[in-house]
Amino acid sequence: MVDKKSLFNYLLRLGDDQQILSQRLGEWCGHAPTLEEDLALANIALDLLGQARSLYTYAGEVEGLGRDEDQLAFLRYENDYVNALIVERPNGDFAHTITRQFFYSVFMDLLWNGLLKSSDETIRAIAAKAVKEVDYHVRHSAEWVIRLGQGTAESRERMVDALDEFAIYTGELFEMDALATEMAEAGVGVDLAALRPQWEAEVNNILTDAGLEMPKVNWMQTGGRSGEHTEHLGHILAELQYMQRTYPGMTW
Amino acid sequence: MYSQGLIGADGSTVEDEAFLEAFQKRIDAEQKIEPNDPMPEGYRRTLIRQISQHAHSEIVGMLPEGNWITRAPTLRRKAALLAKVQDEGGHGLYLYSAAETLGVSREELTDQLLTGAAKYSSIFNYPALTWADIGAIGWLVDGAAIMNQIALCRCSYGPYSRAMIRICKEESFHQRQGYEILLTLCRGTDEQKQLAQEAINRIWWPALMMFGPHDSESTHSDQSMHWKIKRFSNDSLRDKFVNATVPQADYLGLKVPDPNLKWNEEKQGYDYSDIDWDEFWRVVKGDGICNRDRMKARRKAHREGAWVREAALAFAEKRAAAAEAAKTAAE
Repeated sequence: MVDKKSLFNYLLRLGDDQQILSQRLGEWCGHAPTLEEDLALANIALDLLGQARSLYTYAGEVEGLGRDEDQLAFLRYENDYVNALIVERPNGDFAHTITRQFFYSVFMDLLWNGLLKSSDETIRAIAAKAVKEVDYHVRHSAEWVIRLGQGTAESRERMVDALDEFAIYTGELFEMDALATEMAEAGVGVDLAALRPQWEAEVNNILTDAGLEMPKVNWMQTGGRSGEHTEHLGHILAELQYMQRTYPGMTW
Repeated sequence: MYSQGLIGADGSTVEDEAFLEAFQKRIDAEQKIEPNDPMPEGYRRTLIRQISQHAHSEIVGMLPEGNWITRAPTLRRKAALLAKVQDEGGHGLYLYSAAETLGVSREELTDQLLTGAAKYSSIFNYPALTWADIGAIGWLVDGAAIMNQIALCRCSYGPYSRAMIRICKEESFHQRQGYEILLTLCRGTDEQKQLAQEAINRIWWPALMMFGPHDSESTHSDQSMHWKIKRFSNDSLRDKFVNATVPQADYLGLKVPDPNLKWNEEKQGYDYSDIDWDEFWRVVKGDGICNRDRMKARRKAHREGAWVREAALAFAEKRAAAAEAAKTAAE
């Protein structure tokens, strides 16, 4: 029997990751380098938002205190958000946004595929929908990594910068802390550390095609899973929670 | 957009009478004109102007609503708004493609927008200040757009008419969504009702301006009506919109900000005050509250995206050269 509180916290991690990245991608709307990319980034943001909604709704049911998706999405304190740091990092230029999406989507592709075998029926159902979506997210971002890596000297230089910025946030995705271990052992979750070799192989394949390489990382940043964030999350929440905090308790 | 799309259009044309007569015969017989068909230069130019200004309106229109994506009050509302703004980008894309069938490139059209040579609908030079504005934009702005676009579904130019049919379906969904946002507010707290009332106060008149100048002032209308690019006059569409919308405002319990609004039994329609045409022309000519911000945002996106577009082009060229080299080697 899985501990309800643990399952709840596990679902929040997954939900927060999708929600915060969706929020970041939503910032691009109307400002992308081409109209096609405006549509593509909004499309990915919508997929992630849909996943977040399913995860929060289920988390609320598991918790059993009557909290719905919105109460979980909007009405927690900053250190109660347990997303990985990579998703809260600012959009930067297009190369930064693509690099973040690429690292993250390759990871989520492996994770959702693993969650297809979860012992939890609802998680399996959410994963079954998500695998189709994330497949596109990987293709979209990988194609851009190659295009930008091989495109012009400037685009290559921007990709090198972006890889350097985001590489240090990739280690956290694979961390097996007590909760991740408990969920993996219960068959609900996935052994994240075991996904890492495949993630590295896939990422390196694409980077090789792009004429780029993964920078050497001395120290992987961490903290998101325990609510210790970068300086950026507070600003994200200030916007995200604005309406719910300004007009508390109303129906929209 | 729409009726305003004709602002700056030049329908003058140089073909001989026999050509124009044959063309007019096809128009009068309700035949659709397709991209490779012979057409007067004035017809082509007018359509390029109208379709591209319509496309620009969709693209600039993403900005006021996009400004609320990160602040939407619930996840459901956020998803609907993201999807709506994405639809608008999609409409821009079909419309640019429709314009391209007339022998102009998207790059040229974008340049016209960024240099200010082309216009977009004046409505997007007004700000979206509160969440209620998102509801009012859906209800009134998309509502006014539909009134115009339904008429354009029968436009004589095939690609434009077909794009309009598809766009209208999505727009009516957006309008219902907007109305539903306001309905929720109007059934909510006093603060929420106030937000809704303030939104209609701000957006009512700019929405009526979307239909363009009075028929008597609409210089390019006659030729466009004759060519069936445009099928109803600005004033008749505006009247139709007012007649359809006032009862909807009543149902919401909102007051339309016009002291002279009154049902006229004889004409079976509403009488209403005249638009502040000084404001209309001022905003069209660039001095609305958001004109500069909107253009600045579009120019910034274009400028900051330049290196991405160059990289994509350079990559495509390298790929093509490599494929060509491989083909030569194989032979």
